[in-house]
Amino acid sequence: MNDWPLLSLTTFLPLLGALFILTIRGEAEVVTRNARSVALLTSAATFIVSLFVWGKFNGASPDFQFKETANWFPGTTIAYSMGVDGVSMWFVLLSTFLTPLCILSTFGSVKVRVKEYMISFLVLETMMVGMFCALDLVLFYLFFEGVLIPMFIIIGVWGGRRRVYAAFKFFLYTLLGSVLMLLAMLAMYFEAHTTDIPSLMAHSFPFAMQQWLWLAFFASFAVKVPMWPVHTWLPDAHVEAPTAGSVILAGVLLKMGGYGFLRFSVPMMPEASIYFTPLVYTLSIVAVIYTSLVALVQEDMKKLIAYSSVAHMGYVTIGIFAMTTQAVEGAIFQMLSHGIVASALFLCVGVVYDRMHTREIGRYGGLAERMPKYAAVFMLFTLASVGLPGTSGFVGEFLVLLGVFQVNTWVSFFAATGLVLGASYMLYLYRRVVFGRLVREDLKTILDLDLREVAVFVPLIVVVIWMGVYPSTFIEPIHASVAKLIDNYELARAAHDGLSVAVR
Amino acid sequence: MIQTLDLVPVLPEVFVAIAGMALLMLGVFRKEDNTRPISVLTILVLAAAMVLVSSLGADRHLAFNGAFVADRFSGFAKALILLASAMTCAMSLPFLEKEQIGRFEYPVLVLFATLGMMMMVSANDFMSLYLGLELQSLSLYVLAAYHRDNHRATEAGLKYFVLGALASGMLLYGASLLYGFVGTTSFEGLAKVFADGHGHGTAVNFGVIAGLVFVLAGLSFKISAVPFHMWAPDVYEGAPTPVTSFFAVAPKIAAMCLLTRVLTGPFGELADQWRQVVTFLSIASMFVGAFAAIVQSNIKRLMAYSAIGHVGFMLVGIASGSDLGIQGVLIYLAIYLFMNVGVFAVILSMRQKGRMLEGIDDLAGLSKTNPAMAVVMAVLMFSMAGVPPLAGFWGKFYVFMAAIEAHMYTLAILGVLSSVVSAYYYLRIIKVMYFDEAAEAFDRPVGRAMGVVMAVATLVVLAFTFLPGPLVISAKAAAAVLFPAAG
Repeated sequence: MNDWPLLSLTTFLPLLGALFILTIRGEAEVVTRNARSVALLTSAATFIVSLFVWGKFNGASPDFQFKETANWFPGTTIAYSMGVDGVSMWFVLLSTFLTPLCILSTFGSVKVRVKEYMISFLVLETMMVGMFCALDLVLFYLFFEGVLIPMFIIIGVWGGRRRVYAAFKFFLYTLLGSVLMLLAMLAMYFEAHTTDIPSLMAHSFPFAMQQWLWLAFFASFAVKVPMWPVHTWLPDAHVEAPTAGSVILAGVLLKMGGYGFLRFSVPMMPEASIYFTPLVYTLSIVAVIYTSLVALVQEDMKKLIAYSSVAHMGYVTIGIFAMTTQAVEGAIFQMLSHGIVASALFLCVGVVYDRMHTREIGRYGGLAERMPKYAAVFMLFTLASVGLPGTSGFVGEFLVLLGVFQVNTWVSFFAATGLVLGASYMLYLYRRVVFGRLVREDLKTILDLDLREVAVFVPLIVVVIWMGVYPSTFIEPIHASVAKLIDNYELARAAHDGLSVAVR
Repeated sequence: MIQTLDLVPVLPEVFVAIAGMALLMLGVFRKEDNTRPISVLTILVLAAAMVLVSSLGADRHLAFNGAFVADRFSGFAKALILLASAMTCAMSLPFLEKEQIGRFEYPVLVLFATLGMMMMVSANDFMSLYLGLELQSLSLYVLAAYHRDNHRATEAGLKYFVLGALASGMLLYGASLLYGFVGTTSFEGLAKVFADGHGHGTAVNFGVIAGLVFVLAGLSFKISAVPFHMWAPDVYEGAPTPVTSFFAVAPKIAAMCLLTRVLTGPFGELADQWRQVVTFLSIASMFVGAFAAIVQSNIKRLMAYSAIGHVGFMLVGIASGSDLGIQGVLIYLAIYLFMNVGVFAVILSMRQKGRMLEGIDDLAGLSKTNPAMAVVMAVLMFSMAGVPPLAGFWGKFYVFMAAIEAHMYTLAILGVLSSVVSAYYYLRIIKVMYFDEAAEAFDRPVGRAMGVVMAVATLVVLAFTFLPGPLVISAKAAAAVLFPAAG
């Protein structure tokens, strides 16, 4: 299947599934059952198709592969253009991998308006995958923003008590950042006369313009990552979203920001990236330390993991802007790892939430007695989040610290304190929830993981350990693209230094 | 440029005028209730006029000594106007029958208003502009007060009339000032004088500027741009809902196209003079529209402020003064047409036990009681908020693209910020429909005409992203007519 438009297929297959679910009619129970199975089958099929992308991906080439182009808006250069390189390939797989697991995980928890839920989720998958594949500015923006619609609905309809507030905050915060990015994109179009991302990566913008463009893109991506101090939408959105919504938020949506930095800010505005690196370092370090401290005092499990996400994404932004091979690869790896681990942790919270309908840490304790399987799974992901060697979390954080150390020792020092704090809040959480004596009456009848939940967790466990034990599988395909990225960056740095020497 | 002496270029207008008079006669002389047959005939007339407009071809034709022009631009605008009138006419009929205020004058008045609008977008002289504008306005004044036993409607009609007459007066005063200082009312004559005088700086004196500002003020009233928007919320709320849905679309398109032609044609050389005024109108409209809509509880009032906001966005395209900007305005207008018609189809279907509802809260839980209608409304609201991949995004995209091309960064940044504010109130409607507990269900079925209009509007809004070509190309061709030097 060499000539198949694999990326378009991966992108739009879920949408087809959504349209199909739309046509399901009949009794409520039948509709629910069919909607669930169609959604699961579609997303599983999408994952299988995306495996072909991985299988046929040539890791030795730094170029975009599986390229597809078609005319779109006449009179402009805006085209339907898709393709993946080493940076984006894994994110496509991450999205297609997590979606079926999310859908499977909701079979027990989402009981109202299942049809709409499944449609929202499949549309969301289309938007996510499309965003990572888009090779045209406007197409990218389309998918980037399109994510907001299904996510708004998911949080708002199936969310918790303060869901309306959280949904609005999520939507408006992200929109505010994105519209500025849109203007920057238009300005780039009139400067470079193209919206083609590979051509724009080769174009060099004047330094003064780069600064403005960089800030506009930063407004959007910093909100998405999210970086301190624009992270406040995340705890609200996470806490109020249904479990699967949190999983996708943490697993994929946060990666959009990091991906955006790698795809736009650094390659297209390298000089501005150098100029603003201290800013990014500062915000990231504050994020790592401050949000870790905040996480320590949380009473709500989801909120704690949400704050830990902000801290973990702090490593990612540090790694991206350190711009050494290890740091950038570490940042990408950390994003993938966090995508799996944070998702798994949210699923772990979801398991007990489905049973007890509370996320308050104080309401739990001693779960190990009644739920040994659950305790083991939760333990594994807690340790992966902490960064235990042998799990995925270790590789990402270690590479980032190693890479940053070569550039700036102080930054790596402060970032490393985050590891200690991370271990504190995660283990403290684990101790309060799982260990201790089982004293609460209502917990004495709690059931361990059932077969469906085990089926959700097994793939995640496999991947976390695979990433931790043999990371080469995941880093190999990234090498060439990252090397190209860094070469271009070094060139720009040299030119920039030459320029500033000349000015002096 | 082909100077034809015959009436071929005005054929659509002549046809609509004769048909309107014939339908009026028919209504008067037939004894029984004629609303339904005359409405259907009106829609047929509008469809036939559409065929006539499209058969005129792409050439530029002048008539009446150059006072009337038929070109691609007017053709594009007329197609939108006729479509909007036909769709709103089709939506009105079931409402009028249910409310038992059906009268044959209604479709006839719509037809005459449409005729006025067609004259407006084809005006090539201040005389013909004023004739078209007044024919349209007078018909609209009567329509606003059409429900004559209802004091809200009569109040709306009166308010609209008084303020509308004031605006017409200002426009006329501006036109006469221009005539006094320049010596011509012809658009081409004015353009020529300004183009010649631009080098010597003699033609652009205070009188001309004052005239320009008066004309702008008069036209701003017609498009309800801030600060000439006061009438819009009251008239939208007070007028019968089908009339509101008509007001919100066709006259807006006509006035916007007229403004575009006036500013780029006769005053094309004075762009530096009017740009700051239009920029101010644009920013003020965007922000007043966005903030004032937040506190509304009546959905018709909300739509009035929403329309004010959209006018502000379209003015961004005009302010940029380039063919790209005008193309953006035309694309925006076409998308705006479908979004608004769709939303009003939903509003017209908001009935409980035969009673008309207008509160936003009445939509509560619509996603449970009538999922299809809720999906339609949600799609249209997301589109109006300008969230991609829906069509509404592309309208904003094109006007902001033009603003960036013209280096009007402040305007563009303020514009996108106001679009975030306006997203809030559109989302609020989605919130009411999807997140809130269900209220009492609306009456069903909504009727075939409403269903078709809703389906068409939603499909267009959804499909535009996948098939943008036809609209984008025809809007580009229409915009190019106004910039003969560039094309």
